[in-house]
Amino acid sequence: MTTTSLQPKSLREADIAGGNERSKRPLNAWLLVRVAIILCGAVMMVAPFLIMVSTSLEPNTATLPNPPHFLPQNLTPANYEEAWTENNFAGFFGNSAYVSVLTTVASVVISSMTAFAFARFDFPLKNLMFSMLLAGLMIPGIVVIVPQFVLAKSLNMLDSLEGLVFFYTAGQIAFTTFLLRAFFERVPRELDEAMTVDGAGILRKFLVLYIPLARPALATAAVFSFLGAWDEYVWALTVISDATKRTLPLGIAAFQGEHSTAWGLVFAASTLAVIPVIAVYIAGQKHLIAGITTGAVK
Amino acid sequence: MPSQDVLPEQAVSTPSAARPRKPGRGGASRRPSHWWVPWAFAAPGLILFLLTTGYPLVRSLQISFYNWSVLPTQASTFIGLDNYIRALGDPQFWTSVVNAGVYLLMSVPATVALGLFFAILLQKKMPGRTLFRVLFYIPVVTSWVVVSLLFKFLFTTDNGAVNWFITDFFSFSDHAVPWLEQRWTGLIAISLLGIWKNLGWCLVVLLASLGGVGEELYEAAALDGANAWHKFVHVTLPGIRGTLLFVLVLQVIGAFNVFPSVLLMTNGGPAGSTEVPLTYMYKQAFSFLDFGYGSAMSFILAIFIFIVSFAQFKFLGEKKETLR
Repeated sequence: MTTTSLQPKSLREADIAGGNERSKRPLNAWLLVRVAIILCGAVMMVAPFLIMVSTSLEPNTATLPNPPHFLPQNLTPANYEEAWTENNFAGFFGNSAYVSVLTTVASVVISSMTAFAFARFDFPLKNLMFSMLLAGLMIPGIVVIVPQFVLAKSLNMLDSLEGLVFFYTAGQIAFTTFLLRAFFERVPRELDEAMTVDGAGILRKFLVLYIPLARPALATAAVFSFLGAWDEYVWALTVISDATKRTLPLGIAAFQGEHSTAWGLVFAASTLAVIPVIAVYIAGQKHLIAGITTGAVK
Repeated sequence: MPSQDVLPEQAVSTPSAARPRKPGRGGASRRPSHWWVPWAFAAPGLILFLLTTGYPLVRSLQISFYNWSVLPTQASTFIGLDNYIRALGDPQFWTSVVNAGVYLLMSVPATVALGLFFAILLQKKMPGRTLFRVLFYIPVVTSWVVVSLLFKFLFTTDNGAVNWFITDFFSFSDHAVPWLEQRWTGLIAISLLGIWKNLGWCLVVLLASLGGVGEELYEAAALDGANAWHKFVHVTLPGIRGTLLFVLVLQVIGAFNVFPSVLLMTNGGPAGSTEVPLTYMYKQAFSFLDFGYGSAMSFILAIFIFIVSFAQFKFLGEKKETLR
């Protein structure tokens, strides 16, 4: 069996991959056991988040509740109000949204052009360049954090949200190009040739044929870029020093350092940070799955 | 992409929409009308990539040979391999490497095994299957900052949820465990976070892979009287072998990259005993501004990761050939 076996039949069908089970199986004890075990696993996955949300909805106290609260006992939005207004989490949220949206747009636009060049043309050094992109997927980003910092400094990109966008976008290029190239290569030659006969130029083909056909792949790339930028911590920690320019992960982490006992506030901010992640994840679920399983054969 | 747009031979030969294809098929082999056209498309991405990854990689090597001065007013001095020699003789560096190894051994096998376990359970049709997959994947998409602080909270010594389970719920012990205040329990807590966060990724990749194992193989095995364990060992495992190795490789690489969770849960403490290579490197570079030393350590780590992943991918590639 080759590794192609792990791939779904198509991106559209990705969410039903693995569905070649016997559907007439009667409800039996084994099914109940299976559901029970999975339920236990799912509870383990979700319980920490339940504790997080409960703690965020309760008044801050110096001692933690014992036993821990999986559901809030005294509902109050006080932590959210305080985090949002007094501790500038509205500002951090805005910074994160700004950086993530710009990164998503920039990385999808730029890598769709790069991917198109790799999928559609032969040009000198093409294979070398593509191998370098693939190697870029394997190099741990942290290895180059020192020279990247030196570079950001000389480009005057320290302490700037646009600087974050620049490096986040650059960090996404290898993966999104890889993803989109594979998709562009599947565009049928006949359609391309038909457009040539109609007198369409290459730019027109790119915009009218390739881009619309690649919409699912573009969505996949967008989901990954957004989540990557929204969750990123280490690079932001390294280059941002102005407290008003913090992104959400920075704000949350810094807040924990300053007030290590105010867990209600930390978790109110954390919950605010997780909500867009869940929204993007659920909206782009099948694209995300398709992207992961594509990445699995890189 | 609508499947009716796909050529029949493509539809048959590529089970995936996103499989890298051999050159010469599809639209990949055509020459541009002008030499600069492909470059015009490729340039923004390639320049960005080379500027922020290619160039820093070379630069990192250069910096590692210097006693690098962060201040522009002072000169950096070339010291050759001194930074590397210093790292290899630095007990704190070795402690951090050992900790990363411990983290790897505690988290990776468990993550992959549990991922496979739940993938097999979720493979067959059952109520709420998609919902369960979503729930398992939520930790994967959540920021390391959020989950690290969350686990720090759960492992708090006084009245933390984990200690409550140990002392009150299960009554394993009378005393709360000071999880994050000593080396081994700290590493266990960090590993548990690693397992919890990465489990969903393994599950989703392996679930997709399991879907590709032919049902007829299971039916044939059933006809031969194979029980569930035999089917698992002789049909399932060979069928997903390539993906399993891939998942393992990425988890191993990921384990050497463990960083924000350590930084936020224990900050390497107490007394540097839970430091991992990246936290130690990061502190040397950005707290003590010793960029040369930090670069040397990151290069040692990069070479190590590269060798491990190259060896594993080569092994994986050969397996693919022989199994084909």
